[in-house]
Amino acid sequence: MKHPITLNVNGTPYSVDVATAQSLLYAVRDQLGLTGSKEGCDDSECGACMMLVDGRPTNSCSYLAVQADGAEITTVEGLGEGDELSPLQQVFLEEGGVQCGFCTPGMLIAATALLQANPSPTAEEIRIGVSGNLCRCTGYDGIVRAVLRVSREGASV
Amino acid sequence: MSTTRTRTPLVRGRVGELMPRRDAEPKVTGAFAYSSDLEAEGMLFAVTVRSPHPHARIAAIDTAAAVATAGVHAVLTHADVPGRKTVGMHRADQPVLVVDVVRYQGEPVVIVAADDLETARRAAVLVVVTYEVLEPVADPERGEVLRDVRIRHGDQSLGADVVVSGSYEVGMQDQAFLGPESGLAIPDGDGGVDLHVATQWLHLDQEQICAALDLPPAKVRVHLAGVGGAFGGREDVSMQIHACLLALRTGRPVKMVYTREESFFGHVHRHPAWMRYEHGATPEGDLVYVRAEILLDGGAYASSSPAVVSNAACFAAGPYRVQRATIDARVVMTNNPPCGAMRGFGAVQVAVAHEAQMDLLAAALGIDPVDLRVRNALKTGDRMITGQVIDGPAPVRELLEGLRAMPLPLERGSLRADLRELPGGVANTTHGEGVRRGVGYAIGFKNMGFAEGFDDYSTARVRVSLVNGEPLVEVHTAACEVGQGLVTVLEQIARTELGFEHVVVLPADTTVGSAGSSSASRQTWMTGGAVKAACEAVRERLHELAADRSVEETVEHHHRPTFPLDPETGQGDAQVALCFAAHRAVCDVDTDLGLVRVVEIATTQDVGRIMNPAQCEGQIQGGIAQGLGLALMEEIKTENGLVRNPNFTDYLIPTILDMPPVRLAISETPHPDAPYGLNGVGEPPTIASTPAIAAALRAATGRPVTRVPVRPDDLI
Repeated sequence: MKHPITLNVNGTPYSVDVATAQSLLYAVRDQLGLTGSKEGCDDSECGACMMLVDGRPTNSCSYLAVQADGAEITTVEGLGEGDELSPLQQVFLEEGGVQCGFCTPGMLIAATALLQANPSPTAEEIRIGVSGNLCRCTGYDGIVRAVLRVSREGASV
Repeated sequence: MSTTRTRTPLVRGRVGELMPRRDAEPKVTGAFAYSSDLEAEGMLFAVTVRSPHPHARIAAIDTAAAVATAGVHAVLTHADVPGRKTVGMHRADQPVLVVDVVRYQGEPVVIVAADDLETARRAAVLVVVTYEVLEPVADPERGEVLRDVRIRHGDQSLGADVVVSGSYEVGMQDQAFLGPESGLAIPDGDGGVDLHVATQWLHLDQEQICAALDLPPAKVRVHLAGVGGAFGGREDVSMQIHACLLALRTGRPVKMVYTREESFFGHVHRHPAWMRYEHGATPEGDLVYVRAEILLDGGAYASSSPAVVSNAACFAAGPYRVQRATIDARVVMTNNPPCGAMRGFGAVQVAVAHEAQMDLLAAALGIDPVDLRVRNALKTGDRMITGQVIDGPAPVRELLEGLRAMPLPLERGSLRADLRELPGGVANTTHGEGVRRGVGYAIGFKNMGFAEGFDDYSTARVRVSLVNGEPLVEVHTAACEVGQGLVTVLEQIARTELGFEHVVVLPADTTVGSAGSSSASRQTWMTGGAVKAACEAVRERLHELAADRSVEETVEHHHRPTFPLDPETGQGDAQVALCFAAHRAVCDVDTDLGLVRVVEIATTQDVGRIMNPAQCEGQIQGGIAQGLGLALMEEIKTENGLVRNPNFTDYLIPTILDMPPVRLAISETPHPDAPYGLNGVGEPPTIASTPAIAAALRAATGRPVTRVPVRPDDLI
């Protein structure tokens, strides 16, 4: 059975028909063609699929598309302004927060949510804030450094 | 050429400079196309039917119901493989699709392509495979020997006054790259195919696809798609041939993306190891002999097991001078999951044993463990246990002394410490009572590149043209960027050699010669060397450059030859170069519950030459995280050949909360044989970090800790 829903993704409303069991991740990736969010485990363990759903960091692999009907959704593609990177994206790039990059979209979403809730987190608060996101390449140090820099520079996310 | 350099002295982004990775911007915006993000007009989705049994004979395969499903375009078995029906890195022993006997759980039997993923999955369920289940060989002691490597070095009758012995085990680790196996095969309408795939070695994929499809290389073009991590797990083929088969059969593009569970069955793992060691020394602490029996479980197929067991043998004694070595290393075949390449292959396993032995010996001698290591440290001019004289840098002593000089983290304060700083964390299992701190040291080494006579090389094509009067440098190789930062380093090399600002590294594919594998810490040395050489060749001809005339050179870079090991004695100049790293772990252990918190890892590593500081540090920190995972949590558990934990809920990899701060000091002893004096960087961080943690846990608890990953029961 298909359900007509509206997904407001990165400020743009999309009307789509989704199956009951369709995950938000696959609705956004396959039906909207926004492939920035990744599937790493399909099990809410790795965080590569993380999106903001009404401002809340959400593992979209384990969230039904129908649950997101009418919600405001932010994916990695919506973090910058046009061609401008967000301050967080910029420091991830500069501080070695990216290697293979597969975790990066979800990591950026988690860090964005953290900074929106707490604009000047400590290193420990940053670590807790992104502890639901696995990275296999960096050892995480560049990620902590990047978020700390945004925190210290007080740039709005 | 110096004239070129003086003309543009301010070009930035040369070798050694801090330069953000070139692919970071698309990766932070979500625009970077990983192999799982690709699509093509009219593409089909394909899935794999896998054996639920680790050992079985296939009596019948009935695909009729699947074929009859609306939306299904192809259901293929081994009978549909037109060419060679087997693949493999060292020997072609692994069926493309099972022919008659299943040899490990999850082995691919049938592939299905349909209009969409749901239809493909439903049809796959309708495939009926009749298995005659066989008893699996799950005990490696009963496995058939695939390769044994004997080392008999020095006077075999030498004995010693002080002797220590121990048995050690290493569990089966998974690469656990975050981007599962995936790719897109597009038929060209003329009997050929283009495959876009996440891989480590494009030309080896191409060669194996060609053999299976019975096509010449010109008909099979392999292109690197975005790679979500590799760590050795993408060296063997997974879905490559399957997608190409289906694309050619259906005439439509075919996409395959493994699930996480499939990924655990879709690639080889790190060999589990069982090791018995005996060390003998003089009362003063000079190593006299090392005896070791090493058993590796290679699982169902050969993969790169022959190279892994070779490394385990060659590096079995650690980076120490030893008068006599008696090493018997063997890798066997069982019905357990196939094992092969993973970061530090072979050297990782034996480091767990040789470093524990050095600590045992230090205790027996009453010598400080670092002093004992320094006393026996290999240096340039020494012989390894393979008889090879080390003619490159071997800064073992320097790394150990540098590491020891690094400050230790502060002692934990009062009993009112923050819960988050204690083992168990906010689970509130201790307020500090029963918590003891331990410090452990370890050092490891490994070869850069392939060994034992393999003629290893890489190819680079460099072209300079004028675009609106400005020089444009295009660098084309088949070297795989897997996340390590290669494309950025290649760009830096071309800019350094030619002095032009505008350098573009073209997408990697098989339309240029092979670059070999992005593995064995070799790619910056090998493909970096090829790009450097191609730039030098171009530089000689820059006077020909004109608005309507570009200059292009293609160069192969070979490293110096290596030689086989003597089959009886294991002696031979088998290695190109060696890379070294030392680690110090500080761990707090709740000795009541066996819970661990790693407080800090300190490391000293010699990289020859820092090509890109941020990337170099990133490799070291990331490698340590994988070493920590092997020490404390990462293990594929099998039971009679069946994998019990093929998911990230039960196979744990370190989260950010598991990773302590890393204190690092990178040294640069130029390697005389390497471009820019560089050395391999990627693997050494994963070698001694694991035994350093084990040593810290021994120091904290007094328990023997002879197996990794360490379990709470081992610590109480």
